[in-house]
Amino acid sequence: MTASVKKTPPAPLEYFRRWPLRAWMVVVTVFLYGPLLSLMVFSFNDSKANVVWRGFTLKYYEKAFNNSSLIEAFGNSLTIAFFSTLISVVVGAMAAIVLWRFRFAGKSLFNAGLAIPIVVPEICMGVGMLVFFAKVMPWPQDLPWPLNLGAIIIAHVSFSFPFVAVVVRARLASFNREQEEAAKDLGASDFRALMDVVVPHVQPSLIAGALLAFTLSLDDFVITFFTAGPDTVTFPVKVYSMVRFSVTPEVNAASTILIVVTVLLTFLALKFQGSSALTAGHDGGAAEKK
Amino acid sequence: MEQSWRQAKSMFAAMLSVPLFWLVVFFMVPLGIVWLYSFGENRGLVDIAFTGTWSNYARALEWDNLAIFLKSIGIAAITTALCLVIGFPVALAITFAPEKVKPWLLLLIMLPFWTNLLIRTYALIAVLREQGYINMGYHWGFDIVNGLTGGALGEFHALPLMYNNFAVVFGLVFVNLPFMILPLYSTLDRLDRSLLEASLDLGAGHIRTLFNVVVPMAGAGIASGILITFIPALGSYLTPDLLGGADALMIANVIEAQFKRANNWPFGAALSFLLVYMTFIAIAVQGLIERKPAGSRS
Repeated sequence: MTASVKKTPPAPLEYFRRWPLRAWMVVVTVFLYGPLLSLMVFSFNDSKANVVWRGFTLKYYEKAFNNSSLIEAFGNSLTIAFFSTLISVVVGAMAAIVLWRFRFAGKSLFNAGLAIPIVVPEICMGVGMLVFFAKVMPWPQDLPWPLNLGAIIIAHVSFSFPFVAVVVRARLASFNREQEEAAKDLGASDFRALMDVVVPHVQPSLIAGALLAFTLSLDDFVITFFTAGPDTVTFPVKVYSMVRFSVTPEVNAASTILIVVTVLLTFLALKFQGSSALTAGHDGGAAEKK
Repeated sequence: MEQSWRQAKSMFAAMLSVPLFWLVVFFMVPLGIVWLYSFGENRGLVDIAFTGTWSNYARALEWDNLAIFLKSIGIAAITTALCLVIGFPVALAITFAPEKVKPWLLLLIMLPFWTNLLIRTYALIAVLREQGYINMGYHWGFDIVNGLTGGALGEFHALPLMYNNFAVVFGLVFVNLPFMILPLYSTLDRLDRSLLEASLDLGAGHIRTLFNVVVPMAGAGIASGILITFIPALGSYLTPDLLGGADALMIANVIEAQFKRANNWPFGAALSFLLVYMTFIAIAVQGLIERKPAGSRS
């Protein structure tokens, strides 16, 4: 804001320039960021007690990197996120295209069914996965990596792909159907027209959906907690067991790494889809309803 | 125009089958089994018999368990109310911010939201615990006052900020606030500003304009913000587990205990489905609220 603008009193509706609201924004920002920033700062603190600053150190990062079970859990999380993202994008995009392109009996039922994984409490879905993989489809424990992660990947796809479908559908709404018809008039098959005309149009939403699915997968604790076996520990599950045990700077260090990864992913999402990627799938389902 | 599925049968079948299969087999079936279990009984250690009994639900509605349900609803309601009060001015400020600043303010609100839930909850432990930042600051200020007045305040006692209902509400507001701000912002951003200007021109103050013009017009957004804050708050597991401790359990913690420690799956299943029903009821109520103003306008 330039100095000349500042001198004019705020116009009636320029609420952002009124000091009570500005002060409130500052308070809320401190509330949201204070705990996270202090967590990150104290990961460099040379003290076990974690409260008073005793000087800069990287030893807890070293410790975290030498903690083989933590590294394994981190690797598991990334692997699960990778595969669940891949599958979620394909399945979610298919669901979005079917709902956008076709009229069929039971369409609104399918649409409503897709919304259920988004709204059902995580704990209920976690419990469902626990029962499913215990009784219906027991997942063998001693499979080679990464097949041993299959159960968790399946569970993650189940809650991620409906979000991808929402994002892709929002993008499809702006597609001009005549383009696809033109492609078909020019001799393209249904499939060719879909892959060469529709898919390129929705590509940004595929990337945004992928980043969303990736973050959802990395973020999930509850459902993984119920699906994971003793040999398939993910990063959040591992951190959870460490936190239960004690609050250590090592957890701070590991958390800081994950926060940095998340922030980088968010900026990637921004780059690909502008600010709408920020709110993808989290705007109260407004995109679905309208 | 949408195409009838008959015009491209093979493509329709190919595109529908995979998502439908996934939804049914890996989502509906697991939940369906839990639903069936809720009418079952434990037979031995691992076997569960489907007897069609209502006893699990009857037990879930006994006072001890009902109290936890009511308390969970109460905590979720307080959380939602606080999020609304804290979030509304933020949404208002973002709405009327200059266009250039807006995306950055949204990013500011969303960035913590994308951070791992477990890490955010863990970060709060360091703030709230007995040797946490708040108590450290309090102790420091306490000692200064004591030093100046010669010990007038007496002995220092740390504030009990952890392992109680306060910690759970604090944590849930911290975690869920962006859920509230986003739908509020997207509604406020679409408001017809000339109506606000008219109200101000006609002599109403800012506060009056806010309550008589902005709030009624943003009703649908407020309702959807309340809903998407309330639902995850009601079913939250991690926050009460890490910050609440034994005295501040919520319904999800009881469900987890039934499935993992108590090994009473049928009872846990009944509790889960009561939670699912409550979620659906909340959605239905919101749907009714949303429909009403639309109906009266047309």
